[in-house]
Amino acid sequence: MANEVILLDFWPSMFGMRTRIALREKGVEFEYREEDLRNKSPLLLQMNPIHKKIPVLIHNGKPVNESIIQVQYIDEVWSHKNPILPSDPYQRAQARFWADFIDKKLYDAQRKVWATKGGEQEAGKKDFIEILKTLESELGDKPYFGGDDFGYVDIALIGFYTWFPAYEKFANFSIESEVPKLIAWVKKCLQRESVAKSLPDPEKVTEFVSELRKKFVPE
Amino acid sequence: MAEKDQVKLLGIWASPFSRRVEMALKHKGIPYEYVEEILENKSPLLLALNPIHKKVPVLVHNGKTILESHVILEYIDETWPHNPILPQDPYERSKARFFAKLVDEQIMNVGFFSMAKADEKGREVLAEQARELIMYLEKELVGKDYFGGKTVGFLDFVAGSLIPFCLERGWEGIGLEVITEEKFPEFKKWVKNLEKVEIVKDCVPPREKHVEHMNYMAERVRSS
Repeated sequence: MANEVILLDFWPSMFGMRTRIALREKGVEFEYREEDLRNKSPLLLQMNPIHKKIPVLIHNGKPVNESIIQVQYIDEVWSHKNPILPSDPYQRAQARFWADFIDKKLYDAQRKVWATKGGEQEAGKKDFIEILKTLESELGDKPYFGGDDFGYVDIALIGFYTWFPAYEKFANFSIESEVPKLIAWVKKCLQRESVAKSLPDPEKVTEFVSELRKKFVPE
Repeated sequence: MAEKDQVKLLGIWASPFSRRVEMALKHKGIPYEYVEEILENKSPLLLALNPIHKKVPVLVHNGKTILESHVILEYIDETWPHNPILPQDPYERSKARFFAKLVDEQIMNVGFFSMAKADEKGREVLAEQARELIMYLEKELVGKDYFGGKTVGFLDFVAGSLIPFCLERGWEGIGLEVITEEKFPEFKKWVKNLEKVEIVKDCVPPREKHVEHMNYMAERVRSS
């Protein structure tokens, strides 16, 4: 039976980027469908009725929701090449822990950086930098989070990079000066075809965030 | 696996997150040393092993530390593959993980954190939101004894430890009936099935003490 893979997504979503990268790592042919989040498609609402969010991965008609769950699913179904999670259970647990850390901490912190101002933004910026420093410390001297091979945690984190110029612009700071090793890791990831093809131009993301910020921080 | 596996679990008697790990360890017949932590006075060991989150559960296996209950459950399943906890099929696994997240995030937020800060009217609204979410679990149980099918598994441990054996004790403490027999017959049947499973029964906190504890936890949320 032919594999039919559809991805319902929204181009600046750092979560959608994860799934795009995972599919490309595995060489899976997929149909990318851009969703208008102000006018969600009937298919999106049908396939993700609980959360009504992107990304939604539809494989042979069956939905898989939540980006981090999608990445694991992709790794398990297309297990023949480019493993995303390591094979050792303890290393897998480490990878899952750090992806969970990113989901629990980084998203909320980065949101404060671009969607607020004043004291709240300053506090958010401080948290955000601290979280990035924790991640940089975890990376250490390894080429990738998992070691020699690009994998799960790299995929979980890399999409946020496209939002970095937006954070820097609105909160007035330099991420590279705070976490230079992390930026070096970013550059290495960008050399990977699956990543380069899956990430939007950060300049376009900044334009998008700029418009979005107006809703939260009326000038 | 080493002939002498050393497994230690740091937990709290009232924590659904450490209770579910105990269920999994017992399900696999894995002997372990249990260390009871005190919420208001966390041990130096806990703080050293989990400096980022400072929470239970913490599993230590032959000197290696594993954190976060979902991560621990998957680690246990992969390290001791007999009596599997997660489904074998990738799609079913993705559903189990999805619903586990729903339980621990949305249902937990609505059913505990928001509920603790709400007034009586607010609680009724939140109860209705909780019902809407739990209805998705209700539908998953149709035609099954457990979420895992014929035997207990990952989602049974996650949802069981959190909903009937934790959140419901909190709701009881504030006189709120969220899950009714009339609207949730499958759920009620599932809880009865769970209560007959020895390894689950052994990991349920004592009811009266737990109801009191949940009131205390809600008070902590209000004063934070």
